[in-house]
Amino acid sequence: MVSNRERWEAEFGSSRLRGTDATTMSGIPVEPVYGPDDGEFPGQYPYTRGPYASMYRSKLWTMRMFAGFGTADDTNWRFKEIIKAGGDGLSTAFDMPTLLGLDSDHPMSLGEVGRCGVAIDSLADMEDLYAGIDLGEITTSMTINSPAAVVFAMFVAQAEKAGIHRSRLGGTLQNDILKEYQAQKEFVFPPRPSMRLVRDTISFTAAEMPRWHSISISGYHIREAGSTAVEELAFTLANGFAYVELAMQAGLPVDSFAPRLSFFFNAHIDFFEEVAKYRAARRVWARWMRDRYGAQLERSLQLRFHTQTAGVSLTAQQPEVNIVRTAIEALAGVMGGTQSLHTNSMDEALALPTEKAARIALRTQQVIAHETNVANVADPLGGSWYVESLTDEVERQAEELFAQILEFGDGSMLDGVIKGIDDNWFQGRIADSAFELERRFNQGERIVVGVNAFTDGNEDDQLPLLRITGEDEARQRKRLAEVRADRDGAAVAAALQRVRTEAADPEINLMPALIDAVSVYTTLGELMGAMGDVFGRHVEVPTI
Amino acid sequence: MSARILVAKVGLDGHDRGIKVVARILRDAGHEVIYTGLFQTPEMVAASAVDEDVDLVGLSMLSGAHMTLAPLVVEQIRARGADIPVVVGGIVPDHDLAELKAAGIAAVLTPGATAEQIVAQIAAVLDAG
Repeated sequence: MVSNRERWEAEFGSSRLRGTDATTMSGIPVEPVYGPDDGEFPGQYPYTRGPYASMYRSKLWTMRMFAGFGTADDTNWRFKEIIKAGGDGLSTAFDMPTLLGLDSDHPMSLGEVGRCGVAIDSLADMEDLYAGIDLGEITTSMTINSPAAVVFAMFVAQAEKAGIHRSRLGGTLQNDILKEYQAQKEFVFPPRPSMRLVRDTISFTAAEMPRWHSISISGYHIREAGSTAVEELAFTLANGFAYVELAMQAGLPVDSFAPRLSFFFNAHIDFFEEVAKYRAARRVWARWMRDRYGAQLERSLQLRFHTQTAGVSLTAQQPEVNIVRTAIEALAGVMGGTQSLHTNSMDEALALPTEKAARIALRTQQVIAHETNVANVADPLGGSWYVESLTDEVERQAEELFAQILEFGDGSMLDGVIKGIDDNWFQGRIADSAFELERRFNQGERIVVGVNAFTDGNEDDQLPLLRITGEDEARQRKRLAEVRADRDGAAVAAALQRVRTEAADPEINLMPALIDAVSVYTTLGELMGAMGDVFGRHVEVPTI
Repeated sequence: MSARILVAKVGLDGHDRGIKVVARILRDAGHEVIYTGLFQTPEMVAASAVDEDVDLVGLSMLSGAHMTLAPLVVEQIRARGADIPVVVGGIVPDHDLAELKAAGIAAVLTPGATAEQIVAQIAAVLDAG
């Protein structure tokens, strides 16, 4: 009988390693993992201890810093700074009009252009955004949801114009519409037609883009909107199961797309609970994918995730202290085995980060990666009675929530999640949890340094902040006017008509029509408008 | 003193955690709170404020659009012949405070404000009105 350790040793032995100094500062040799011979090892089902046998001994997490502001030129410059500083993955933040599929010259865009991300109106902006960056080498993530299919079409079109075939592109499209209705609230179309667009992107990438992650199922925003860690985990995986059911209903075999699903979690300040959350997430996903959805490929069972430290844990008071919070949160992500990580900047409770603040945030990851030695051992907290018990409890409570959602959907996770959205169930639970946490702060049951305790120093000199001026908005509108003037109007009209026609037929995959449309410089707002004519608009019933 | 308060999200910002928490805090403090939902224009907020005959308008803004949109809400309320104080809460850097005051914003609540401070500041604005 081969023990788990022997199986792990065989797999570890065949892994490519990056060559690290695996000793402590005293010179004590450090094993890649610790545990009993018959216990679970990393890379073994249900992957509680990590998706891979060798974890960070083979490859450190990707230091993927999220950036975007002003015009595409401004953000292109910041991207190049990140690459120069040693960041090895890009992640694009879009401004509010782009997130809602509006052009910069739409009346509702007033005051919002380039404010909390980069403004993208047409292929021309996408060309500027990635100019001089080799997209065949560096991977790119795009945080976009409602208009994800259109922005993705622009990304593919610009890369191919730059001579990189779509099959070589590696990266991630967030494309997680369900959490928009639940938490982030940047929705445009109603849930059902939005899910059709998600299906189209999953099918398209499964067929044509083997290196692309079609969706990043995101708990981050659910947590930021106020959920607990258990709710973050349960709602995110429930959404994940809903996407799996959606793609299977469209006729895709589960193992054809599941290996390209990825996840995105928050790293909040309750250190051990966060580590337990990541461990439970891997275990739950593996069990459900195998037992409920019949996945057989190992990669379909292995949950891989990006982590971002918790924006809501940052304080405007004594903002330098945020560096410490971010470091502790980032460490939880690494101890939990994250595949990539974004660390927030100390000034983000006040404004978008300055270049210096963003550099310190990246340096925080580099300290964890290269100075602390924590990356030498996979799942270093595995076997801790506390962490194992928390992992089991997080899983147990998540299962209770899954049972409830399945009941909403009469046994279908897809229908259950949409019903939960329509009934404001997710939104209500998240708001209740946010209020409960606030109550505990206000009662002094939870301390936030600089806010309800230890406030000496709050009046110190303020940090220099990034200022985004109205000039960016004016420049972007001018650029858009030039694009509209220079393009072939008849080609744009024909492209929009085709999108309307194909949108009305749910059997058709919209991606080819969208790629053709953006290639003749049809704008994001025009395409979202054309689809909106067919799909309608989602309106949330406001509740307190 | 109990008042009628309209809390609103103006512009494209979907971050609604703060506004919902503040709405509940104000309700628990005895005020009547009306929330009109996401993606409101300054005109829509002003019209609701006047139609509902509220005593105060609270805007929650986390997207950086406060300098453009908050003054427009004040302007639109005044254009309807009303004089309803407008309070802004959210991510507002110190260097914007003077300009917001000059544009007629009655008060600004920034991150970290406690429930007690929020209730007290709203009471102060209502008393001044």
